[in-house]
Formats: sequence, C-alpha cells, structure tokens
Amino acid sequence: MNLRRDVFQAIADPTRRAILILVATQSMTAGAIASNFDSARPTISKHIQILTECELLQPEQKGREIIYHLNGSKIKEIADFIEPFRKMWDDRFNKLEALMKNYKIK
Amino acid sequence: MELKTQVHAEEGKQELFITRVFDLPLRLLFKAYEDPNIVAQWMSTQVIKLENTKHGSWQFETSYDGNVLFSASGVILEFVPDQKITRTFKMENTDFPVQLEFLEFEALENDTSRLTMQIIFKTVAFRDQLLQMPFARGLNMAHNRLEEILKQQ
Repeated sequence: MNLRRDVFQAIADPTRRAILILVATQSMTAGAIASNFDSARPTISKHIQILTECELLQPEQKGREIIYHLNGSKIKEIADFIEPFRKMWDDRFNKLEALMKNYKIK
Repeated sequence: MELKTQVHAEEGKQELFITRVFDLPLRLLFKAYEDPNIVAQWMSTQVIKLENTKHGSWQFETSYDGNVLFSASGVILEFVPDQKITRTFKMENTDFPVQLEFLEFEALENDTSRLTMQIIFKTVAFRDQLLQMPFARGLNMAHNRLEEILKQQ
C-alpha cells in the first residue's frame, strides 16, 4: 500500500505531472525534458528520479543516452483507482432503479 | 457509451461528486430515498431510523451472522421533497470524521431524473482514504478467494 501512496504523491506535484504529459507525447532524454522547464537541471533530475522509482517513467538505455518512456499500464492503474468506488455506487443505483421500476408497475 | 454513474474527485480538494441519471421519474427517485423500506433494500442495510425532516436524524446498520459489520448515522439538516436532502454522515467505530452530504434531485426529459451527491470531507487525506476503501476491500476479497482456492488444493 506504501508504494501506491508514493505513486499518488508523485503525481500530486504539478512539475511532475507536466513531465508526464511531456513524455506522453514523445519519449525523450532527461536533458530534453529539462530543456522544457525553467527549473534547475538537478531539480528536474530529481523529479524524473521520483517518477522512475514509482514506475511512471521507464528508462531505456540507448547507446550512451537514457530515453524515458511513459509507462502506460501504471497510468491506467491510477485511472482505475477510483473505479471500485464508482462501481460500488453504480451497483447500488442500479438496484434502486430496478426496484423503483417495479414500484411503478404496482 | 457514457457511464451512468460518475465520480468526480478533483485532486487536492476535500470534496467529491457522485452523479447518476436514472431511468425513473423524479418522484420515484426521491421516494427511493424517502421510504425506509426501500432504502433498506437498495442500500442492503437495516434502517434503524430515518426521520425525513429538518433536525431529524438517521441510522443504518449492516449485520452479518449477528455481528454488526457497518454502522453509520447522521442528522438531517434540510429535507425538501423532490429537491434536496442535506445531511451529515458518520461511520461508527472508525476514525473517519463526520462528512457533509448535499443531495440534489432534478427532473430531466422523458421521465428521467438526476441525482447529484456532493460529499465534503474534513481533509483531503480523509477523502482519498474513503475512495481507497472499496479498492482495499477488493484486494482483501481477492486475497481471501485465493486462500480459499489454495485450501481446496
């Protein structure tokens, strides 16, 4: 459960979200990511490190460079996170609807 | 196809919205919230008390094998038939603080209706924790099922 919390902490930061959006359009090196931000290079490196640690970014060694890719399955996992809660209410409301449709017939 | 029940929980906010369009006229939707017997059926709980009036209170209890698994209660702050219910919600025997719930009912075309539920939490952390609960329970259930299967081997 701790790792999960880390993922949510990771995406809570606006700069890190911006990095994810950037990498979503195109895989790139840390240098290329940093060139899109005004922040100091080490700051961006730290953000990339956090995103990599919680597997939102996947590093790939290409020759002398490391290219960062977006990890789609991890992103989907976050999107699905709210789903059980939604499903719980959806089930209740479906029951309510079915119940009241019969009520109408009476 | 658009989902009938939607949950909106904006990041960093201590509130969430649940909206649902029902294939029911407004009157019947509201009745499902008004009548204790009907509430008990679709919420799968025992309705101990439901005083549908300003300054009234409510209490639900869910038991399994004679043990109370879940118990919640609150007070009703506003009750306007076919329009709105404003109430507090507190889960008993938990550290969750009281929540404030605004339920708004509206009629839509062709005998359909919409419910908008706005829930306000004490902190963002408590909201996120509540959102995680069914998720955590799902994990537990999956784990229990796995154990059962393993036992049968």
